[in-house]
Amino acid sequence: MSETKTETAAEREAALGGIGCDKRRKEDARFIRGQGNYIDDIKLPNMVFGDFVRSPYAHARIKSIDAEKAKAVPGVIAVLTAADLKPLNLHWMPTLAGDTQAVLADEKVHFQNQEVAFVIAEDRYAAADGIQLVDVDYEELPVLIDPKKALEDGAPILREDVKDKDEVGQGPRRHPNHIFNWQSGDKDATDKAFAGAQVTVKEEIFYQRVHPAPIETCGCVASMDAVSGRLTLYGTFQAPHVVRTIVSLIAGLPESKIRVISPDVGGGFGNKVGAYPGYVCAIVGSIVLGRPVKWIESRIDNISTTAFARDYHMTGELAADKDGKITGLRANVLADHGAFNTHAQPMKWPAGFFNIVTGSYDVPTAHVTVDGVYTNKAPGGVSYRCSFRVTEAAYLIERMLDVLAQKIGVDKAEIRLRNFIKPEQFPYNSCLGWEYDSGDYPAALKQAMKAVGYEDLRKEQAEKRARGELMGIGIATFTEIVGAGPSRNCDILGIKMFESCEIRVHPTGSATARLGTKSTGQGHETTYAQIIATEIGIPSDLITVEEGDTDTAPYGLGTYGSRTTPVGAAAAARAGRKIREKAKKIAAHMLEVSENDLEWDVDRFTVKGVPDLSATMKDIAMAAYSNLPEGLEHGLEVVDYYDPPNMTYPFGAYICVVDVNRHTGEISVRSFYALDDCGTRINPMIIEGQVHGGLTEAFGIAMGQEIVYDDMGNVLGASFLDYFMPTAVETPHWETDHTVTPSPHHPLGAKGVGESPNVGGVPAFSNAVVDAFAHLGVTHMPMPHAAWRVWQTCHELGIDK
Amino acid sequence: MIPASFEYHRPGSVDEVVSLLAELGEEGRVLAGGHSLIPMMKLRLAEPAHLIDLTGVEGLRGIAEVEGAIHIGAMTTQAEIIKSDALAERCPILREAAELIADPQVRALGTIGGNAANGDPGNDIPAVMMAVDAAYVLRGSDGERTVAARDFYQGPFETALAVGEFLTAIRIPAPPAGQGQAYCKLKRKVGDYAIAATAVTLAVDGGVCGQAAVALTNVGITPLYAEAASTALVGTAVDAAAVEAAVEAAVAITDPAADLRGPVEYRRHAAGVMTRRAIETALARAKGG
Amino acid sequence: MAKTDIKLTVNGQEAAGSVEPRTLLIHFLREQLGLTGSHIGCETSHCGACTVDLNGKSVKSCTVFAVQADGGEVLTVEGLAQGGELHPLQAAFAEDHGLQCGFCTPGMLVRAHRLLQENPDPSDAEVRVGISGNLCRCTGYQNIVKAIRNAAQAMREKEAAQ
Repeated sequence: MSETKTETAAEREAALGGIGCDKRRKEDARFIRGQGNYIDDIKLPNMVFGDFVRSPYAHARIKSIDAEKAKAVPGVIAVLTAADLKPLNLHWMPTLAGDTQAVLADEKVHFQNQEVAFVIAEDRYAAADGIQLVDVDYEELPVLIDPKKALEDGAPILREDVKDKDEVGQGPRRHPNHIFNWQSGDKDATDKAFAGAQVTVKEEIFYQRVHPAPIETCGCVASMDAVSGRLTLYGTFQAPHVVRTIVSLIAGLPESKIRVISPDVGGGFGNKVGAYPGYVCAIVGSIVLGRPVKWIESRIDNISTTAFARDYHMTGELAADKDGKITGLRANVLADHGAFNTHAQPMKWPAGFFNIVTGSYDVPTAHVTVDGVYTNKAPGGVSYRCSFRVTEAAYLIERMLDVLAQKIGVDKAEIRLRNFIKPEQFPYNSCLGWEYDSGDYPAALKQAMKAVGYEDLRKEQAEKRARGELMGIGIATFTEIVGAGPSRNCDILGIKMFESCEIRVHPTGSATARLGTKSTGQGHETTYAQIIATEIGIPSDLITVEEGDTDTAPYGLGTYGSRTTPVGAAAAARAGRKIREKAKKIAAHMLEVSENDLEWDVDRFTVKGVPDLSATMKDIAMAAYSNLPEGLEHGLEVVDYYDPPNMTYPFGAYICVVDVNRHTGEISVRSFYALDDCGTRINPMIIEGQVHGGLTEAFGIAMGQEIVYDDMGNVLGASFLDYFMPTAVETPHWETDHTVTPSPHHPLGAKGVGESPNVGGVPAFSNAVVDAFAHLGVTHMPMPHAAWRVWQTCHELGIDK
Repeated sequence: MIPASFEYHRPGSVDEVVSLLAELGEEGRVLAGGHSLIPMMKLRLAEPAHLIDLTGVEGLRGIAEVEGAIHIGAMTTQAEIIKSDALAERCPILREAAELIADPQVRALGTIGGNAANGDPGNDIPAVMMAVDAAYVLRGSDGERTVAARDFYQGPFETALAVGEFLTAIRIPAPPAGQGQAYCKLKRKVGDYAIAATAVTLAVDGGVCGQAAVALTNVGITPLYAEAASTALVGTAVDAAAVEAAVEAAVAITDPAADLRGPVEYRRHAAGVMTRRAIETALARAKGG
Repeated sequence: MAKTDIKLTVNGQEAAGSVEPRTLLIHFLREQLGLTGSHIGCETSHCGACTVDLNGKSVKSCTVFAVQADGGEVLTVEGLAQGGELHPLQAAFAEDHGLQCGFCTPGMLVRAHRLLQENPDPSDAEVRVGISGNLCRCTGYQNIVKAIRNAAQAMREKEAAQ
């Protein structure tokens, strides 16, 4: 039984390729060869292609739709309209936020490029020809673009379908264009704190409408097998099981007859969480025609119709004593959700976790209100590379800290050090109801300041200011809240937001693991294998990880909100531990000792005090199928459903340095330092890659991205010609660093990291830009900091000549 | 994002192109690098019934020096412009501008003729051609004629090209001795259209400016030749006052649209900043050799 | 619309097909030849996911008609590895974590391949300019730049050894 080889424990541990090593990614083997299998690569026999006729108007009544000419185009097979879907009750569909959304415009269009008809043809060329020939007669209606006007008396009523309803899924509302009012905190105590404050500051802060815009757009292939009655739906889904449940509810098919497959997904960032009309139309098309139907978004469709993010008009207020110690916080938000409330977040949270707005700071009392409104814009409100509305919250508090620092004349690092939650206060209960698990904020900021030479930078800045030059230093010391979530307060359609992992250890000592999450580029096939390797002592190279097929994976809620590591990885670790528990019983039988006499040793159980007497996991695996103690079931397979006891709270300290050209308004990012603390680090190489990517997306948002509408509701610039996508040339060099403060409640101590750089990156950039003008009395500048906007500030200050 | 159907023609000679264009009239369009036209076709903003691909036409490609002047075939790609050391020696502004157009892939196929002739006010080459006082060689069924770049542009996507005509070559007169050139472009990112850009050529002799030309990109419905700005420099020492006068004169003729690249006021201001920068750079280069 | 027969060399092999004049090269490669490595990300020739090598130039195959490539030579990501051995760029992208979702990767690799033909020893800045026609939303480019430079070095060393 004992091994003859005398590898040290360290050597055996290294051979596992487990937690903590920079394991190269398993998925890369296919991607670098062009052998990924993305949605548009899927080609089924007899497959046809569907695409949309879209509305040129933002608000209009549909008087008639004439598809006869389109149907006459060679290759066009069918044209679906709302009238065709109505008998099936599929012309509207429920949203994850309790509202309803038109699948195909029913009598009215509510935003430009809304789906009006679905043309199905033999290929995408014929479909495009057909789309051009569908005649739609519209009667234009008054357009509402400004959310601030949405709640005025006499504002055009957008959603006639719900105009008489007292609520649309998220509590009482007060106007036909009002969706919800959500509050958190103690209003009276907050009012009192402000009334008695030595210092107060207030700022209007708008976080503009942006889009996740993964390089692969959304799409699907629906294939209904008329004989078996089974529907297979391939698609770009971050949450395949949730899609299956939604499809079942919408289409009335039993879930056992629906198989949802997410193949390789070319980036998600929140864009691929929701359910879109394209999915429903492809399914209906397949049912009607008995042929597989493919739908693939164009880039313009992607940016102008599916899953925008942010669009939060925020007012932030801080009360403080004369030294800058915060005594109260107020935040009021007007949230523009567009034409339908299709935000994708846990259902009890219409404004997501916006009440993390107290950030990394010990704020004694606070009050927050968020009002959602309808406008004639694309529907949504998804979490673009962030946990639900955390980016908006972090942006507000990190900006407000700077505003306060400027007001009382304290350094922007110092104001943070004075207000941080102290290490000894953890677990920390915030005044808005969150229990922060762990953190050491002062240590992180001090390490960051030292790394960048903060004092010297401030000296240099002072010298430059004396010469009339503009240089800004931006700090963001953010706290994220991720890992939705605990069943007591997180659900989607009533389904609790647990995560799952099934592990099957095979007789010859390898394993297959299946999970309910779905990688969209984060490298789950590698990192889950690392976790399981460490837990069960089988090399990660011998562990195959599968996700994204609802026929094989256990039910899970998917990947978004940085929940894979906090929830999915916990399930993986716990499933591994269940394997080990059973393995221990088998090892005891094999070694003829009591379980109590065994100890775990990297990849085997060893008899305590007799290191030569051991059973390796490989041997135990075979024994599980061949040599079991009495009373134990065969096999070595488990499944774990993990309901997290709490969220995790990754944090970071970012410092950005910019130079500003006062003649042109151009910003040059001189350096960017990012320290992240995501608790236990599973694969440092992948963590660093996630940080690079998140910072780059933050750079795009802060410096140029915005979905702009004109007064007529025309969306301006929804292609990559106009929508600002940084190339390698503009993208700054990123310097990364870390501290490690494990989560006390997570089985591995890990917290998640993918979204931190976006949450912390945006305020770091913005704070740096504003800081460049701080000595001139500027306290806030609107995002994105495109050169023209920055120039406007220079111009108003008279320093642009 | 699929173009409408069309018929494809791939002539081998200029004469064939001319007769195809004569036959097809407004239904025919020439296809050069395709990087303006094909996206327009995919958006169905352009639906030509016939495309005449110039790729196989003999004699439309290449850079040559003819009696001191520079002749560039219309189908010469931006990549070839950049690669030509001889051209960079004789007329460096072409490389400088071409490097600011789009990205490597687009420059591999995108042609100088296409950029010059399609009439998009956002294109970079037209202002450069105005600054070097180039002439465009046009061929049609009535034979060949030349039109000065400065007279070529009439409106957005409207040019002096008549139906049945196409651009075959660009002729640039020998740059005078002591000329400095510069193209300065303010843009949001690599490959983007200019917020504003200015092309300048100027020659100094004994400290006095003997020749100057200023032209602007993407700040009007056409590329703009800034005649008054050019005149404001000639005969001066290109001192601060002269530069100021030229900048003011250049800005005065701008009439940009507000778009995602900025409001009107900013883009006019940017035109001034780019003009100043281009004059100063061209002057330094003129003095430097 | 009448179809045209075209013939070209793709990854060293003869390929033929019948296409409408408007058929885009990317669709010909993906749909008719089954070479799905090259992707479509924007359709307006900005993202570069569709980048292939055509007659020794990097081009965006969403902005080239298949008929234009008639008689030409095309290299796609599927043709980079030779004799079962990964191209140094492919090896370096995996080694240096130069990819995440993998969607931009084929276009990025084929573009980098041409870049290194043009400039076997590019600086960081030259690599960044060289790949400025290829957008990546995942990596922030930093590891891509690193991978391309490391591949360049490996290729130079290999060349020197021969």
